[in-house]
Amino acid sequence: MDIFVVGLSHKTAPVALREKVAFAPERLAQALHQLAALAPLREVLIVSTCNRVELYASGPDAAAGSAALRDFLAGYHQLPASELNGHLYAHQGPSAIRHAFRVAASLDSMVIGEPQILGQIKTAYQNAVEHKTVGLILNRFFHKAFSVAKRVRTETNIAGNAVSVSFAAVELARKIFGSIEGKKVLLIGAGEMCELAARHFVNNGVDRVLVTNRTFARAEALAREFSGQAVLFDNFPDHLHQVDIVLSSTGATSFVIHPQQVQQALRQRKNRPMFFIDIAVPRDIDPRVNDLNNVYLYDVDDLQGVVNANLKERHKEAEQAEQIIEHEIGQFSSWLQGLQVVPTIAALRRKVEELRQAELERTFGNLKELDERQRRAIEAMSAALVNKLLHGPTQRLREAQKQDQAQPYVDALQQLFELEVGLADEPLRTLDEH
Amino acid sequence: MNILLYKVALLLYLVATLLALVSAVRNRPERSSWSMTALLLAFTVHSLTLLVRYLEAGYTPVTNLHESLSFFAWTLAGVFTLVNWRLRMDVLAVTTCTLILVLMLFGSLIPMQTQPLNPALDSFWLPIHVGLAFLGNAVFTVAFVAGIFYLVQERMLKSKKFSALYYRLPSLETLDSINYRCLTFGFPLMTMGIISGAVWAESAWGTYWSWDPKEAWALITWFLYAALLHGRLTVGWRGRRAAIFAIIGFLFVLFTFLGVNLLLPGLHSYSSMAG
Repeated sequence: MDIFVVGLSHKTAPVALREKVAFAPERLAQALHQLAALAPLREVLIVSTCNRVELYASGPDAAAGSAALRDFLAGYHQLPASELNGHLYAHQGPSAIRHAFRVAASLDSMVIGEPQILGQIKTAYQNAVEHKTVGLILNRFFHKAFSVAKRVRTETNIAGNAVSVSFAAVELARKIFGSIEGKKVLLIGAGEMCELAARHFVNNGVDRVLVTNRTFARAEALAREFSGQAVLFDNFPDHLHQVDIVLSSTGATSFVIHPQQVQQALRQRKNRPMFFIDIAVPRDIDPRVNDLNNVYLYDVDDLQGVVNANLKERHKEAEQAEQIIEHEIGQFSSWLQGLQVVPTIAALRRKVEELRQAELERTFGNLKELDERQRRAIEAMSAALVNKLLHGPTQRLREAQKQDQAQPYVDALQQLFELEVGLADEPLRTLDEH
Repeated sequence: MNILLYKVALLLYLVATLLALVSAVRNRPERSSWSMTALLLAFTVHSLTLLVRYLEAGYTPVTNLHESLSFFAWTLAGVFTLVNWRLRMDVLAVTTCTLILVLMLFGSLIPMQTQPLNPALDSFWLPIHVGLAFLGNAVFTVAFVAGIFYLVQERMLKSKKFSALYYRLPSLETLDSINYRCLTFGFPLMTMGIISGAVWAESAWGTYWSWDPKEAWALITWFLYAALLHGRLTVGWRGRRAAIFAIIGFLFVLFTFLGVNLLLPGLHSYSSMAG
């Protein structure tokens, strides 16, 4: 029994192709049932987001199963297979496990560490559960993927630093002020970006907002929205000393804030630090303001630079996450193999026992003159022979399982002896027994 | 016995430094309790070292260079443990632990044996005067470490170039408030240290102040910190300027402690290399 996945993502396919193979939510149920009905597949699950479409499945034969998934993807969306060629990836066994864990932990996302993908996979899993297309293996598999994602999130700093410009501004403010609770913000102008950034600040604890605009009515409207206070544009420099954070995005063609004004404000506020965010292009704030002590000025490019630095930091954290995932893959594959080791041994014993009984019957039928004692001796001899023969291989298989290397033996035994192997009913116990 | 304990404490400080380093590099603040526990353990063993030495020698062990270094390291470990207990600043922990380690190593490379007490030091003022002075020194050392990282981080925020260190440092506000707290505790400690010394001098030598090098340098250092405290309280000196003051102040503290002992002979020459 194996796990495999076929799919495409933002890394392998352009959006023009991704939108063609996406599964609309209202048609997902039907697609799941069609997919589950395919012969080589035991359990199926469909992940469909704007950045990736992936079909997960379990079945006895990974090669045949993957081919079925591939054909289904093309067939269902009525695309020629050639159109998907080169864009699809397929993983099986440990590689499929790694892929799912990396996707769930947001290591494969466009923005590493973004949290949405985990929710999307959880929804995909819920759908599959609802339509009963997942069973023992995929249930356990996805629960494991969720817990790995959680572990990555808590044990690494992968989602630690802001990757949007407006949130980067909030984080910078925290670096400067420690906490931004109780700090006061001045909004100059009323651009959309400015409003968004202001909202981020308010949501993160800033509780006093001043708004100014050349059109006083607009300032008043915006002030109402933030339950703040509107000030006349000509008067705003007089309020500069009261505010800790200044967000500016006017349409002015020359600077509206000059170093002298800021210096004056600093004197009045006894050098308590100030943070200026200039979102306007052309810029509103004279860059020389940044040279003043205890003043930090960031324009759009600077904020973008912070975001880029943060992304680099996330990539570093991702290396730690990969280690966690490698460790968890080992754990999960040994569980998966454990699922088959005990039933394989049982099937082998059953098969040999059947052969022994048949041979005994034949022998006793031919040799009617044997007395009870002789019959028993022959029976004991055959039983001992079977036990001695099977003892070695059984031991070897259990040892291999402990080292995560049972799969080739299980496959070989099943093929050599033509065994029909079901799955253990209680896989957890089969793991713990050894 | 106390020398063996000293070596155990030295080893534990090394462990605390390494644990803090691992925690800082991996940026897992929740793991920093390991290094803090190691530091607390090292501090405890070090306390025991001083107690045993006190019992073995029969006087407060602050009378020669080895004892002074050990005592300085001990006060620094104690003060930093207090400051960092809630804040958990791994980078500062690495730096401070390294400083402690250097003091301890230096102290282990010079004669460590106890000697008969110089009669001039046989007074109940000895633990009071030296205790206050070193406690003040330790507090100023923490301010120095916070000051360095304030400047480093301020530079990064101004130039908008962020290294890995940036993601591991507490906010500027935290670093600056450490500077302020240390000043408000360190300055009174230092003041009382100087006054207690003057009172002791009066009772021992009949004069409050005799301008020996240590007294002179301590006074200069005191004026420096007095200026910073005044500036902070009245005109709002803070941030970068306060950090620079804390760094310069520490250099004076260090010179008053070590430089004077090793270079300038005077009334305080008990704790030179010769012991």
